[in-house]
Amino acid sequence: MDFSKINWTKAAITWGIPLVAVILVGFLPAYGSAYWVTRFSYFLMYIILAVAWTIFSGTTGYISLASAAFFGVGIYAAALLGDAMPLIFVVIIGGAASFVLALIFGAITLRLKGIYFAMFTFGLVLLFKELIYYYEINVEGLRGRFVVLQSNETIYYYLLGIFVVTMIVAYLIRRSKFGLALQSIGQNEEAAAHTGVNVTMVKILTFAVSAIFMGAAGVVMATKWTYVDPGVAFNLMISFTPVLMAIFGGMGNLYGPVIGAVLFTYIQEVLTTGDLAKYYMLIFGAVLIGAIVFMPNGLVGVIQKLVGLVRKWRKGGSVAQNADT
Amino acid sequence: MRILEGEGVTKYFGGLAAVSNVDFHVDQGEIFGLIGPNGAGKTTLFNLISGAFTPKSGVIKFKGEKISGLKPYKICRMGMARTFQEVKIFGNMPVFQNVLLGSLFGTPSGMASANAAKEATELLDFVGLSAVKAIPAGGLTLANQKRVEVARALATKPELLLLDEVMAGLNSTETAETMELVTSIRDRGVTVFMIEHVMRAIMGVCDRIMVLHHGEKIADGTPKEIATSKKVIEVYLGE
Amino acid sequence: MEQFLSIFIGGLLIGGIYSLVSMGLSLQYGVAKVLNIAHGEFLMIGAFITFVLQQHGVDPLLTVVIIGPLMFIVGYILYRTIFTTIRLKAANPGVFESNALLAAFGLYFIVQNIGRLIWGTTPVSYSYLPGTVSLGGALFNDSRLVAAAFAVAVGAAFYLYLARTRIGKAIRAAAQDPTTAGLMGVNINNTLALCFGFGAAMAGVAGALISICYPIYTTMGLGYTVIAIVVVTLGGLGSIPGSFIGGFILGVIGTAVTSWDAGLAVASYYVIFIILLLVRPKGLFGK
Repeated sequence: MDFSKINWTKAAITWGIPLVAVILVGFLPAYGSAYWVTRFSYFLMYIILAVAWTIFSGTTGYISLASAAFFGVGIYAAALLGDAMPLIFVVIIGGAASFVLALIFGAITLRLKGIYFAMFTFGLVLLFKELIYYYEINVEGLRGRFVVLQSNETIYYYLLGIFVVTMIVAYLIRRSKFGLALQSIGQNEEAAAHTGVNVTMVKILTFAVSAIFMGAAGVVMATKWTYVDPGVAFNLMISFTPVLMAIFGGMGNLYGPVIGAVLFTYIQEVLTTGDLAKYYMLIFGAVLIGAIVFMPNGLVGVIQKLVGLVRKWRKGGSVAQNADT
Repeated sequence: MRILEGEGVTKYFGGLAAVSNVDFHVDQGEIFGLIGPNGAGKTTLFNLISGAFTPKSGVIKFKGEKISGLKPYKICRMGMARTFQEVKIFGNMPVFQNVLLGSLFGTPSGMASANAAKEATELLDFVGLSAVKAIPAGGLTLANQKRVEVARALATKPELLLLDEVMAGLNSTETAETMELVTSIRDRGVTVFMIEHVMRAIMGVCDRIMVLHHGEKIADGTPKEIATSKKVIEVYLGE
Repeated sequence: MEQFLSIFIGGLLIGGIYSLVSMGLSLQYGVAKVLNIAHGEFLMIGAFITFVLQQHGVDPLLTVVIIGPLMFIVGYILYRTIFTTIRLKAANPGVFESNALLAAFGLYFIVQNIGRLIWGTTPVSYSYLPGTVSLGGALFNDSRLVAAAFAVAVGAAFYLYLARTRIGKAIRAAAQDPTTAGLMGVNINNTLALCFGFGAAMAGVAGALISICYPIYTTMGLGYTVIAIVVVTLGGLGSIPGSFIGGFILGVIGTAVTSWDAGLAVASYYVIFIILLLVRPKGLFGK
């Protein structure tokens, strides 16, 4: 390591801040109240969903609305298996089940154009809901199920764990040649295919990997909610909200969805309690449209633009100088 | 050795035959040209060869093996690369990454991370783009974007390179430079099959030329034969 | 026999409505390239406006005539503002389609919320043309026959419009190749917006017609959007006649499944959709 070449300021920001944040957040149950632990659990849940979503959809440009489907699979895994085995195994099974389902459905639809894929994933949530509802009522005679309860701390730490794994995997993918392939698919899929990238396999695999974390998160949240039925488990808002968060935060890098998720979970909380609750969908829709029309690169994109403008202004606007940056 | 050959290649779009019963071959080591009026089916033929489309009937063979019906990435890894008429680069990625993708994924021997970066650098040097390697490819001039495409294609270590109107939209200096580039690519041992409209260029560098019109082959031969062929002149002037 | 006729003819009757709804979506997606997930919400608004007016003594069939132009204007404005901006900013058509889809989801939330705020969530209905007709022993409400007839008439009229008029030609040109059409003098922004407007108009008219026969509720939209998507895929993307025929096919299938088990109707639509994507994504008449 050549220490003189390291940009210490940049390193401090890139690594230092997250490290401090993780430590603070990691020890939260020790110093924070149950209310805050629960609140942060929700932050973590949405961060996991938004980041997992971005791993696939943010890079390839294929909008997936199936997040709720995989999340719901995790919920039902917890409902069915939560009593029979330790939570860690249920989490693994929930993640694995989501992975397999994503592989299957990805293989069916990722060969087609992106718009078919988006519609299909949207339909998948509704299909799962209808099928499970039908099965539960007609075969099991149940409307909903009870899930084994876990303590606030357990839920929090499991989510934290899933969050850390999700971030690590997202980071590794992004930095690897696999990540380069994903980007190339998003920019120009035909060219990527002609450059030797097995685009179908890359898409399917990435889609399936992103589903793992959604399923895992579902398992844990089920133990928080303790009563689940198909409507709760396969809730379209769980598909849309991470999309909005990722768009709002910016899909170009890892932090965008995290920022978007934190901001939006907070906003969502404010909006769903109190007088504005009945306008929630309206505001959500308006923000979604606003984000797409005015901030297609998200907050991070806006910040980057601002930083770029500031840089240009500082350098006196000389084109030749800027070319070397 | 016939590095590429096609027999009876046909492709329909709806009721229209875009390519109709075309026979052709490309010899290893040559620069082979493909010309024809707009809509003649040239790019469609390239799409059939590179695997973007599958022919309705007919066979395409690369190095003696049938490739019609294979997926593009497989054909690329077998040793064939191409550029596109509408330059298909990865606009938001730095130039270097554009080329690196080729070295990582498209080579016959599979992915070799260690050397890939070195080779990408060398190729950027070969096409003269080292200075801009960190800039997002979308920000380059058209001529330079075409070079990125060429470098990316070369990064996959092809034995055959398909160039689709690589000179379109270039001024005369850029065209001359590109003609030189094409020749030096051949000198590196890569067979070149190029579609072109710029007559001066194609007559200047090609060893043999094929002419398509309304999806059918109407002539093939040396540049001199093509330039003096009555049929060809009729097709180009009579339109 | 009666049961077969009941299903078959009943399926055709609802199929007429499906056809209209689907043609609207086909225009919006096939030409304007917006997979308008909010399509059903315009249908819902059309249905409720008809209901409200009916409560004030306005004949629903009159509203059918009014609602078309009204929804057209709304759709046109929405496209010229929101979707045109997205289109001009998009790096390539694929990006436009996905952004437009997301914006349509935004519209879905907004319009549905507005509906819920004004009219709540309980279903409402009114009685119109209460008589019934017997066809081969099976009974059908007059209202359903009238609604289906209107739907088919509107659909046919629009098809003629597309085939015979200059604007219709412009639309067909834009559907094939927007860039070239633009170069040939077609005002693309206007034409695409017209398509979107027409699509919204059809949704509104379909909603009005539905309110004549069935109870309506503010969350009814999504179900019809889903049906429209399946029909458009079945009929073939970009084919208006395909959507027309597909509507009837799905109407019959849906009625048949519902008579067997009402809970599986929606699931059956998805299964059909999945099978289509697997076997023949371009549908019956798609290019």
